[in-house]
Amino acid sequence: MSAVEGLIEAKGLVKRFGDFTAVAGIDVSVASGELFGFLGPNGAGKTSTMKMIGCVSPPTEGSLRVLGLDPVADGPEIRGRLGVVTQEDTLDIELTVFDNMIVYGRYFGISRAVLAERAAELLDFAQLSDRADSKVDPLSGGMKRRLTIARALINDPEIVLLDEPTTGLDPQARHMLWERLYQLKSRGKTQILTTHYMDEAEQLCDRLVIMDEGRIVAEGSPRALIAQHSTREVVEVRFPLGEDREHLVETYEECADRAEGLADRVLLYTSDGDATSSKLAALGVEEHNVLVRRSSLEDVFLRLTGRTLED
Amino acid sequence: MTAPPILRSYERQARVFARLWRGVAFSTFVVPLLYLGAMGFGLGSLVDDGAGASELGGLEYLVFVAPGLLCANIMLGAAGESLWPVLGGMKWQGTFNAMVTTPMRPADAFGGYVLWTMTRGAMTATSFVIVGALLGAVVSWWAVLAVPAAMLTALAFATPITAYSAGVETDESFSIIMRIAIIPMFLFSGVFFPLSQLPTALQPVAWLSPLWHGVELARGFTTGDFEVVASIGHGAVLLGVVTGGWVWGVRRFTERLAS
Repeated sequence: MSAVEGLIEAKGLVKRFGDFTAVAGIDVSVASGELFGFLGPNGAGKTSTMKMIGCVSPPTEGSLRVLGLDPVADGPEIRGRLGVVTQEDTLDIELTVFDNMIVYGRYFGISRAVLAERAAELLDFAQLSDRADSKVDPLSGGMKRRLTIARALINDPEIVLLDEPTTGLDPQARHMLWERLYQLKSRGKTQILTTHYMDEAEQLCDRLVIMDEGRIVAEGSPRALIAQHSTREVVEVRFPLGEDREHLVETYEECADRAEGLADRVLLYTSDGDATSSKLAALGVEEHNVLVRRSSLEDVFLRLTGRTLED
Repeated sequence: MTAPPILRSYERQARVFARLWRGVAFSTFVVPLLYLGAMGFGLGSLVDDGAGASELGGLEYLVFVAPGLLCANIMLGAAGESLWPVLGGMKWQGTFNAMVTTPMRPADAFGGYVLWTMTRGAMTATSFVIVGALLGAVVSWWAVLAVPAAMLTALAFATPITAYSAGVETDESFSIIMRIAIIPMFLFSGVFFPLSQLPTALQPVAWLSPLWHGVELARGFTTGDFEVVASIGHGAVLLGVVTGGWVWGVRRFTERLAS
């Protein structure tokens, strides 16, 4: 492995299922120690990409190197050095929390003595030590996700792949999980994350790509992406159902650099939110319908694709 | 030295079993008692006193039916392990999906699973032979070989059915398989009466049943009355089914888990 090569190098990577193209030619490079994200709506090709990187699903076209190896020829060796958190829970409901760690570790061929030690440590890390002898089923959604992450670390992986790790969790459970991922990052673990939550991507990722319909539409750090594709601030103007959106967009547009109409709101992109608010007030817009906020990745996605992430 | 990956999925099955073994061990010994009691003694007393005795080649009905019941139970057990739990492992619980995120390949997940089903068959067969011997239903020391015969029978059902279940999306077809394949085999594979009692035209159909080959093989051993060539033939047919089922299973697991 050459010194400049990343842990993951993809060029022109394509995945097709019959006539359906899930991933339509993407280039990705992930360096050691990075927390790298794939942000995009459902169906953008994130999971297919993760399965290729995880050496579970062979690429249809293009080149892919993981840890300097070929996923098709060296799948088992690479997988032995990865930690995988799949989107759906795949915990073993017929086993206890502790045995989930042991049995999964055995899949890697690790000895029972080493596993017992690591399992105890990792359950502690996942704040699940007191549930070690519990069955998996009664655990909350957040606990199951934390157990899945602990399980994925049993082989002390060089890269951790997390596919939509917080989907379906309540806000408190999400923050607890994010905090665990920060911990891993501070230990220098390379992590790759997919998400359709822009706040998650913004909070966690050093660098990310935005995916849409199997393609990468932008790449960079969250801050750089926002600076490049959006304005500093956004003024949201709510309007009642039934109003002529096109007309409102045209009317408000002159208060800002650019305007986008959503179903119930007009978004005004501006470097100075207060100035835009004043202009809106002069047009007779009531103050309680106006919200000034900072630009987010959601705005970047909307700019680049014309759609929102939740579509 | 680390175990080959196929044994790691086997070990998972064994660990789940280890949690439940007390209940299973009990039924493993009680089931042969119930079957041999009802069919061997209950029905047998009618058969042995009636016109049937000569058709059984001089065997007591209990002795005739014991290896049949043994293999029929092996078949039912293997089919049960190979239908719903396999679909569950693919779709509802993701047990197999978890395995292929590790160095294990789909072939390892499949192989370990069916080998465990075979091991369960060996446990059932062992208890059947022991209980049968105690009841006078097993009359030859060759009966020791009925255990590997039963294991081969278990694999002959486990491999193709596990392969099938791995590729389906719902369990709708499972009860149909039980009704149109498993139950007819149970009834018409020489378990309860010799094939010679079937209409002549139907006898060759029964030769297609892996269960019939298993029963013939096991019956030779538990009665001590077998022809080596015929036994090798039955074994070869079963081995052929296992080989085909294994190839199909590896393909279906790979398609399902790593496409």
